[in-house]
Amino acid sequence: MAVSTNLEGQKVWMVRDRDAQLKRWLIYFVSVAVVVYCWMIISDATTWFFVFDAPRIAADIGGRAMPPKWSYINELWEPLWDTINIATIGTVLSLIIAVPVAFMAARNTTPHQVFCRGPALLLIVSSRSINSLIWALLLVAIIGPGIFAGTIAIALRSIGFCAKLLYEAIEEIDEKQVEAITATGASRWQVMAYAIVPQIMPSFAGITVFRWDINIRESTVLGLVGAGGLGLQMSSSLNVLAWPQVSLIIFVIFIAVIISEMVSAKVRSAII
Amino acid sequence: MLHLNKLTKQYATGDKALTSVELEIPKGQVVALIGPSGAGKSTLIRCINRLVEPTSGTVTLNGKELTKLGSGALRQARRRMGMIFQEYALVERLTVMENVLSGRLGYVGFWRSFLRKYPQSDVDEAFRLLERVGLDHMADKRADELSGGQRQRVGIARALIQDPELLLVDEPTASLDPKTSRQIMRLICELCAERDLAAIINIHDVALAQMFVQRVIGLRFGEVVYDGPPDQLTPETLTEIYGEEDWEATIDKIDEEEDEAEQGAVA
Amino acid sequence: MSASVTTSRKWRKPPMIKNPLMRWALISASLIYLVLAFGSFDVNWARVYEGLDRGWTFILAFSHPDFASRWSDISDGMIESAIMTVTSTAFGILISIPIGLGAARNIAPLPVYIVCRGIIAISRALHEIIVAILLVAIFGFGPFAGFVTLSFATIGFLAKLLAEDIEDTDKSQAEAIKATGASWWQWVTYGIQPQVMPRLIGLSMYRLDINFRESAILGLVGAGGIGATLNTAFDRYEFDTAAAIIIIIIVVVMALEYLSGIIRARLQ
Repeated sequence: MAVSTNLEGQKVWMVRDRDAQLKRWLIYFVSVAVVVYCWMIISDATTWFFVFDAPRIAADIGGRAMPPKWSYINELWEPLWDTINIATIGTVLSLIIAVPVAFMAARNTTPHQVFCRGPALLLIVSSRSINSLIWALLLVAIIGPGIFAGTIAIALRSIGFCAKLLYEAIEEIDEKQVEAITATGASRWQVMAYAIVPQIMPSFAGITVFRWDINIRESTVLGLVGAGGLGLQMSSSLNVLAWPQVSLIIFVIFIAVIISEMVSAKVRSAII
Repeated sequence: MLHLNKLTKQYATGDKALTSVELEIPKGQVVALIGPSGAGKSTLIRCINRLVEPTSGTVTLNGKELTKLGSGALRQARRRMGMIFQEYALVERLTVMENVLSGRLGYVGFWRSFLRKYPQSDVDEAFRLLERVGLDHMADKRADELSGGQRQRVGIARALIQDPELLLVDEPTASLDPKTSRQIMRLICELCAERDLAAIINIHDVALAQMFVQRVIGLRFGEVVYDGPPDQLTPETLTEIYGEEDWEATIDKIDEEEDEAEQGAVA
Repeated sequence: MSASVTTSRKWRKPPMIKNPLMRWALISASLIYLVLAFGSFDVNWARVYEGLDRGWTFILAFSHPDFASRWSDISDGMIESAIMTVTSTAFGILISIPIGLGAARNIAPLPVYIVCRGIIAISRALHEIIVAILLVAIFGFGPFAGFVTLSFATIGFLAKLLAEDIEDTDKSQAEAIKATGASWWQWVTYGIQPQVMPRLIGLSMYRLDINFRESAILGLVGAGGIGATLNTAFDRYEFDTAAAIIIIIIVVVMALEYLSGIIRARLQ
């Protein structure tokens, strides 16, 4: 906010003074220029004929995909079961690693600020940066296609997510409770079990169901790279352009994701 | 029993919290530590059980020097020093009983404590203490369901189940209303008398301190500026501890209130 | 106070779930589920064992990542990813704002609310890759499909959080503006916008980061970006190149996270 005096000696009020205003305009200008430039590159790489033709093609695909082939559902139960297993077991496995990593990454519980916290943070950011589909791609190349690769992929991606949220929760605990338990002559592990774990339990449960919910969504597509679940059916249906099957699979995925989101929201609201 | 010799604490920031504090506390004596905020009261009691590491000087409890102990021996020494906190510092998501039993953590192994398989003698003692502070019907309530006064009683039970020789009490009444404050102070002093415990009580309410304790220590800028019986606190000494203010009202109040103080610590 | 101390009262930690029937039902249900789930895991251990060698090679590849031999592919892919990230985030934010306003129950009329919430639900439920497959089928290969995919995903994320934020805004501030006789637009820009703006910027930065990470997979289905290069590298077992790409992704994500941390700290 700025008040200045103009030539006639009147007070003039503006939201910002001139320098700040100029800086702001400069930031706006550069941002817009960058976006426009990027857009031009995309536009060059695009065959606009296809894009203008898109409504017709979309209508065409839509027409072929409707109605979904309902009888195909009987072949989807097993992949659906696999999808849920990949998500659930993957979440459980990731927690086994994420919990110790979180304790190593939290400032107030790490055994060593550099030698433990550093690697833990690096592990977290690496795990988070790589999408579970890429992990799946990698694991399929290494250990072969199947549910196992999918589960490990989900687990690897979830470690970073869970450990990050968990270590933030650990850093936010009430230190007085820790102090009180320490003052009784408790050992390091007892302090952990009595003063820290009870405090982070609600966030731990919340993080778990939250990630489980995301993992259901992610595991529906892992099959596209051969890592099991509904995506596998989707991929084979796409290969033969069986659009009615594709539409049914998308519908099933939609329902599964909505249900898992409802479960997760319910559990989280019950905890808080 | 407790002896502090030239105890000094300088924080990493350079602030000197304690300067060469000398103190001798005999068995069974209840001492109030008064002084303005930032005088080093909290630091002093935390230096005794080394929640804060003193920079120099020694702390001797029953002939044992505490400042040089390794972590195992320190934990054993901490068992003999019960601590009571300002904001109660209960583990809020554990039950009252678990909070009380956590005072025994220094005595039981990790797995026993983790599985909550405490020796029956500890459980008996916990029930006895809960009954003594008037909360035995609340054993399975979660700590965050209790009122402030009730929580502080649990905190007292947790400190006492350690079977301590010394209580370190940090502003026990700062978060409580005046009536509960008195009840809590009375309870602490009664229990100290019953068990012949020494106690150091940080307290900012001078009148409340004078009402209950045998000895008052005034701290200013990390130095002891008064050490004597509560009834010899004069406006001059209070001015020396806290700075200029009209102290007459604070001191006068005590005599009237002493009579109406009722017995029965448990409300 | 009577001193009738009962001798040896037993104490056990009260169980988390009070009803014992419920408790045991839950425990056994989870056990049965785990057994069944692991039972349906058909792991070919011989194949896994065989793959361990390759896995080790891959891990070793991180000690000598190969940036050079496919540098032109890598740089083209990264630039395309970056471009898709920037445009889709910008476009996504622009669309998210009206949809977020429409999905906030306290300022939008019911029909608008339902439509906006519907868009958000669809965007959130469908994984980016499914959307990308459909859009590639419609628009053809190339970054345009990727751009639309990421914009659509951004809407689901940003509009939902924005709507929740608007619903949580302080009523008294908004009412105070209304009381001055402001129009709906004035009311939104003065009463609502200042309250949600810092978080909106923070979330946008966060979404920029997510969009970059997601752009790395869109190439798998032909929607542009670094994913195609990565996929080729895996297919040819060129783990050195794959490691190089992954390292670049991690570094960029870390840089973005650091940057957004600074920006968010300055907004507080």
